[in-house]
Amino acid sequence: MRVTLFIPCFIDSLYPHVGVAMVKVLERLGHEVLYPEGQTCCGQPPFNSGYWDEARVVASRQLEFFKDAEVVVSASGSCGAMFKVFYPQLFEGRPEEAAAKSLSSRCFEFSDFLVNRLNVRDVGARFDGKVTFHDGCHGLRELGTKQEPRELLRAVKGLELVEMGENESCCGFGGMFAVKYPEISTAMAEVKCNSILDTGVEYVVSNDSSCLMQIQGWLDRNSPRTVKSLHLAEVLANQ
Amino acid sequence: MNGDRDKILARIREGLSVPAPLHHEMPARAGQSAQEPAFRAWLPAVGASQEEQMALFAKQSDLLRTEFVTCADVRAAAAHVAGLAAAHGWKKLAFHPGALTGALVPHLPTDLEQMRVEEGYDKLALEACDAGLTECEFLVAQTGSVCVTARSSGGRTLSVLPPHHLVIASRDQLVADLSSAYQGLNAKYGAALPSFISFISGPSRTGDIERILVLGAHGPKKLTVLVVG
Amino acid sequence: MSTTQNQFHRDAERTTADVPRRAFLRKALRGYEVKRDETKATFTDWQKARNVAANIKYDGVNHLDRYLLEFEEKFTARGGKVFWASNSAQAREYILQLARDRGVRSIIKSKAMTSEEIHLNDALESEGYHVVESDLGEFIQQLKHEPPYHFVFPCMHLKRDEISALFEKELGSAPTDSPEELTMIARAFMRRQYIDADMGISGGNFLVAETGMVSITENEGNARLTTGLPRIHVALVGIEKVLPKLSDLALFLPMLATAGTGQHMTCYNSMFGGARQPGETDGPEEFHVVLLDNHRTRLLADAEQRDALGCIRCGACLNVCPIFKNIGGHAYGTTYQGPIGSVITPHFRGLQDWKHLSGASSLCGACTDACPVKIDIHHHLLHNRRNAVDQKPVWWEKIVWFGYVQTMTRPWFLRLANKLAPLAQKLHPLVLGGLFDPVRNWTKTRDFPEVAEESFHDWWAKRKEQSK
Repeated sequence: MRVTLFIPCFIDSLYPHVGVAMVKVLERLGHEVLYPEGQTCCGQPPFNSGYWDEARVVASRQLEFFKDAEVVVSASGSCGAMFKVFYPQLFEGRPEEAAAKSLSSRCFEFSDFLVNRLNVRDVGARFDGKVTFHDGCHGLRELGTKQEPRELLRAVKGLELVEMGENESCCGFGGMFAVKYPEISTAMAEVKCNSILDTGVEYVVSNDSSCLMQIQGWLDRNSPRTVKSLHLAEVLANQ
Repeated sequence: MNGDRDKILARIREGLSVPAPLHHEMPARAGQSAQEPAFRAWLPAVGASQEEQMALFAKQSDLLRTEFVTCADVRAAAAHVAGLAAAHGWKKLAFHPGALTGALVPHLPTDLEQMRVEEGYDKLALEACDAGLTECEFLVAQTGSVCVTARSSGGRTLSVLPPHHLVIASRDQLVADLSSAYQGLNAKYGAALPSFISFISGPSRTGDIERILVLGAHGPKKLTVLVVG
Repeated sequence: MSTTQNQFHRDAERTTADVPRRAFLRKALRGYEVKRDETKATFTDWQKARNVAANIKYDGVNHLDRYLLEFEEKFTARGGKVFWASNSAQAREYILQLARDRGVRSIIKSKAMTSEEIHLNDALESEGYHVVESDLGEFIQQLKHEPPYHFVFPCMHLKRDEISALFEKELGSAPTDSPEELTMIARAFMRRQYIDADMGISGGNFLVAETGMVSITENEGNARLTTGLPRIHVALVGIEKVLPKLSDLALFLPMLATAGTGQHMTCYNSMFGGARQPGETDGPEEFHVVLLDNHRTRLLADAEQRDALGCIRCGACLNVCPIFKNIGGHAYGTTYQGPIGSVITPHFRGLQDWKHLSGASSLCGACTDACPVKIDIHHHLLHNRRNAVDQKPVWWEKIVWFGYVQTMTRPWFLRLANKLAPLAQKLHPLVLGGLFDPVRNWTKTRDFPEVAEESFHDWWAKRKEQSK
């Protein structure tokens, strides 16, 4: 299959190794990976802030870049939800509506794509360590992805998966929310990170790097011991 | 004087001129004409036979901390009440006239003073009673509830003001679920429903302080359901 | 920034710093979640039940005029009196005038958020009426001169020693650390109040159109006493509370209990159809229903968010909300706290003054999942944000997003920024966390990741070059 990658802007500059890992996993599974180089941001920051006109300007460009893709796989559940759930709303009743709906139907979050589209659980990965999984809220509730990443992690050799308490609770990132309401966002991070620390794991894994930025950011500043955050793709790429 | 009736209705109609999108699936009932949805298919299961439903009522009563007692006959029920009266040192019991209550009270010990709750009763005297004995409309298996009404149960307060509420019911008053209870009320009263209908599920309770359960917040601290037959 | 928004920021900062209170709240709500999940699991199909409930509410709200008229007709036929109030002032004045006309002195109240909404107690007390809240939590809040902290659990933030101290001061009771003893103090105090009151004021959880009834859900029995003993009963109910049929309650009562408190059924679910009828033993001589609009029709006019009128005030969305759990109920500064409050308050009290509540959300969606009538709560927060901007964009935000659009529509510019970022980050420690730190709202409490020397884009370009 020809798989087109969507590497959101912040992953491009802050977590490029996540994209590299996705390429590795997909190629290992025998797929051809494409990456339209003009892609930038899905438009979620202004969309979530209420600036839908601005969001549309940026979003319509992405519609263009991905219009011919057979499938689009997003490195972030949140940006994937933007494509899948919010683009059709953003362009409702506008000329781009059909294109938005089309992209929505072809777009997948990484773990959803592996499990539900490719029907793969074991990607041939090995990872020695005790791991807990954090569900990004957009992946969990907008896309309904919950078991998929867990199934993938359970198939990784050497990996021990431990669930944290209140595992569906939000890490408090929420995009601009994290800087507009830093005190609330930080309180939420503290609760989340304490759940992670209580499990005694060495790694926290997620399918959303934005959550991991929040979690790692809080842990590095406040945690008494080191817990490393990893994107699911990084774990699956490891052999 | 009925206030801004017409203005409010006009605002509603103006607002409704724009249809609302559906955020949920499956319009099971659109408007009044469509058929009644069968809630039982989604609500907790109740079992098919009367035995199962009685067992469920007993189980729910237990969870609710209702004392549920089956008695061979009214005399046995009276004996149970007499036992409660002795154990708790009751001095005065209130009741309303009715077929079951009327059959029960003559068998109570003579040293237990009785108060008949009828039109014009003394509220302070009722408040001073140790227990209130009522009949009910239905027992609801699904929720362990006792359905009382102003008609069947001596008005509105007899079943809530005294600290111990005693209910006497016959076995055939058990219904499967809330829907059946509403159907039963409609069948019995038609359009002239009592002005007060209540489903009582256990003794009065509160969790307002640190979410710790305390029984007898304002209503009865104890509820006893006596089923005869 | 509006004053309400400033206040919110200040209060949220203060309450999130109160770590023990946050832990206390979280523990209580975790207990709720466990119990709720157990009860939910007994449903044959909770998700379908939600759909059906949403649908009945959809029917009710989208034919509101018809159902309200049906309610009025049936209710009036049984001797009840309906008053339609456009706003708080009208509702207050009707109740006050009624109290004056009937020579009322003492008033007992059962829990009614509509009464908080219109500040009824202040109005009654200022005219010299003796007013007592009978719900235990509301009574505690009344003694504390504080609004409810949570619209279902009014005093959930208080610990028993605080309540004991309050009772000692206000009621002269002996100190105790037993919740049971505290409850009994309130019970003993309240008994006489019910009997002495001339007027009982309640809210209403549902208005049944078919039979002209007000349905009230409670656990304590205080609403039954409030509606059973005084000679006048007034129910103050929002216009949106209609259910088409009496039998609809067979679905809504268990769902309200499950979502609200995790019970199968709340202790007392009572339906009131008129004052005392001929042949009945007792009950009030008069029963008045005040139907309150108070800007509900404004919410109704917003078709996109109309489903929010289906809210049954179970409080489930508050109980699962990470924002509520961390800032608590009072920080909202609203009658209706939590996610649903953040959705509806801008409609009730003005978008520009209350839009910040819609902003103060990570949009995690736990509220929408928990809602028994499937209100699209967290998406409505997005809608409020959009509507606020459409109505009145913030000038500096407009500039920020202009810059964003310029960057994101010019990939070369984004690449250049990525190239410069590592250098900028090396200089960042000079201003870190200080006034001149452009990202201090992040760096005050969290570390920021290092910008990669090589972006994914560059890695890809290089790889493509090499494979040629």
